Amino acid sequence: MTTSAMTDKLDSTETFGQPAFDRLLEKRIDPAWLTAKRKQAWEVFQSIDWPNPRDENWMRSELRGLRLSKFAPNIDESVEIAEGTPVRLLEGVDVSAGLRSVNGVVVSESLDEGLAAQGVVVGSLSRCARDHSALVERYLHSLICPKSDRFAALQAAMWSDGYFVYVPRNVRVEKPIHLHSAMGDGQVDLSHTLIVLESGAEATVLFESSSPDVTAKGLHCGGVELIQHGNSHLRYVNLQDWGKGCWHFAHQRASVGRDSQLQWTVAAMGAKFAQVDQRVELVEPGARSQVNGVMFTQDRQHLVYNTLQHHKAPHCTSDFLYKSVLQDRSRTVWRGMIKVSEGAQKTDGYQRNDNLMLSDAARADSIPGLEINADDVRCTHGSTSGRVDEELIFYAQSRGFTRSEAIRMIVTGFFQQIFDRITIQTVREALGAAIARQVRQYE
Amino acid sequence: MSHILQIENLHVSVNDKPILRGVNLVIKFGETHALMGPNGSGKSTLGLAIAGHPNYQITQGSIKLDDANLTEMEADERSRAGVFMAFQRPVAIPGVKTADFLRHAATNVRRPDRKEGQDLIPMREFRKELKSKMEQLKIDPDFARRYVNDGFSGGEMKRAEILTMAMLSPKFAILDETDSGLDADAVRLASASIAEIGRDKMGLLIITHHDKLLEHNPPQFTHVMLGGRIVETGGAELARELHDQGYDRIRKSYPDAEAANQQMLAKEEPLAV
Repeated sequence: MTTSAMTDKLDSTETFGQPAFDRLLEKRIDPAWLTAKRKQAWEVFQSIDWPNPRDENWMRSELRGLRLSKFAPNIDESVEIAEGTPVRLLEGVDVSAGLRSVNGVVVSESLDEGLAAQGVVVGSLSRCARDHSALVERYLHSLICPKSDRFAALQAAMWSDGYFVYVPRNVRVEKPIHLHSAMGDGQVDLSHTLIVLESGAEATVLFESSSPDVTAKGLHCGGVELIQHGNSHLRYVNLQDWGKGCWHFAHQRASVGRDSQLQWTVAAMGAKFAQVDQRVELVEPGARSQVNGVMFTQDRQHLVYNTLQHHKAPHCTSDFLYKSVLQDRSRTVWRGMIKVSEGAQKTDGYQRNDNLMLSDAARADSIPGLEINADDVRCTHGSTSGRVDEELIFYAQSRGFTRSEAIRMIVTGFFQQIFDRITIQTVREALGAAIARQVRQYE
Repeated sequence: MSHILQIENLHVSVNDKPILRGVNLVIKFGETHALMGPNGSGKSTLGLAIAGHPNYQITQGSIKLDDANLTEMEADERSRAGVFMAFQRPVAIPGVKTADFLRHAATNVRRPDRKEGQDLIPMREFRKELKSKMEQLKIDPDFARRYVNDGFSGGEMKRAEILTMAMLSPKFAILDETDSGLDADAVRLASASIAEIGRDKMGLLIITHHDKLLEHNPPQFTHVMLGGRIVETGGAELARELHDQGYDRIRKSYPDAEAANQQMLAKEEPLAV
């Protein structure tokens, strides 16, 4: 396979070459199983090509501007503090645990003593790979295959650190756990998130990523794995607020067990280009997932989301709603799939994507899909894309709103359906504020 | 209080098609005017042109509120200057609660110099006022929490418009067929509500086909529009005559205007009302 115009500059790099990988292995204090896993992933990385632009998942992507040689993995632990990096999800929140990383390396950890005594683990993934070796070995990269694509392979081989959250059987973590990933201008974040809830466990995890300022550059190539055993309840919030010069690649997976509930809220505000592959697998009967997505783009931002709701077991429910507002020349791509495996009867699957364009030059691609291999299921999907209605603006103006206020209000109303689904008030407020900041002044 | 709304030789086009061809109308604060006329004569166009709809181009003439020239203002500036229009078919704004919408609107209209981002009327104070206005208009308190006009019945929409008028207390209000699509009881309630909110407290221009809406709002002046002009002006008795006998006499008396009206109807476009 020949590389194409989309990716031909990607390989012209030494920063992610063999010497860098060797140095990384040398510097790290990983258990043997992890070193072996990294080496396997590195072999994959070396043996496969960058994504083919003719591939359905990548044909609406744009990698031409990416120069890996401009970035270098953070191997030598010369962690540069990303000063002034905003934190949005902590306002008014009383947390039980927190992790903060800079350039993909955890720099601070905290955990309620009471929870620690109950066996809850919240800590650096690198450290936990040593301190809780068997546990991490069992779950790490159990949902994400390094062969998914070359970014996944790179991340599986060179991941720098990350966030490990483990909630033992029947333990309810009432207060949220806050995870913050900060990346300095021009830096690299190869972090990984691994969350495991045992049977009957319950937790709320607020994750946010950000840069010191809105124009900051950077490269994030990350992974998220959420693993829920039976009867567990996870609320996971992910606010992506990277600088508008950042490249953001992520594979995000959840596996939801018997009678468990997952509420996953994604808010995407930042990044110059993002390619996110988000999958929820309902692996045992009675599993329920709700995925909420809020995207707000501007300038030339280009966000690509490929999502999958995979019903592997009968009697599962998946509910999916993404809403995007686009301004300027920005572009979003959503390609969603509900897949129902053979035997997954009584599946109830729903997916919807609505897009609101605030400028003529914005573009939203919305591609819902169904793949059903069982005969007793209910699956529905839909999508809408349209410009903001001038009649609504006039109506609001005739009631004293300025044009700009009217557009802000219409945008807020457009997102309200998602906010109505988010059960955590502080998250609603933080997202509302983040959106309000992003709405331009319209003349 | 003495305010005056003056419309002089107003010509309005939609998509470059002339609709209004020289309308003259003067409304003083506290007066009630009825505007009647057959379909396509330009009644709604006059209302939308006063309110400042961007698709209604004023090609000649002027609209003045006291000394302020509305013709040069955006719709929101006109609203803040004291003009209000109750729409025949108000649009829905999903996700925006009626109470939040009205609080923002009332703040802007009462404080015309407010800059974006400055404080709104305090929530508690506003809620109290809204609640009492809703009671006065016999509106279900649940209304405030519903999204603006979203899933409203025809009657609910019209009542929401009257509630909005009550909260904004404009100097001049145009009510565009507030009776359309309502049953007799609902029209009577709307008529009483308009009288309660508006009579003597603002200048009213009531656009209607029927005399029911005027039951509680006997007009001092009735204007008849045909072919984009006001062809006749009378008192309350003219409204009754038109309701009882239709527009045959008018059509015959003003053949030029009637010809223009037929011409407009013939090439009527979705926007032209």
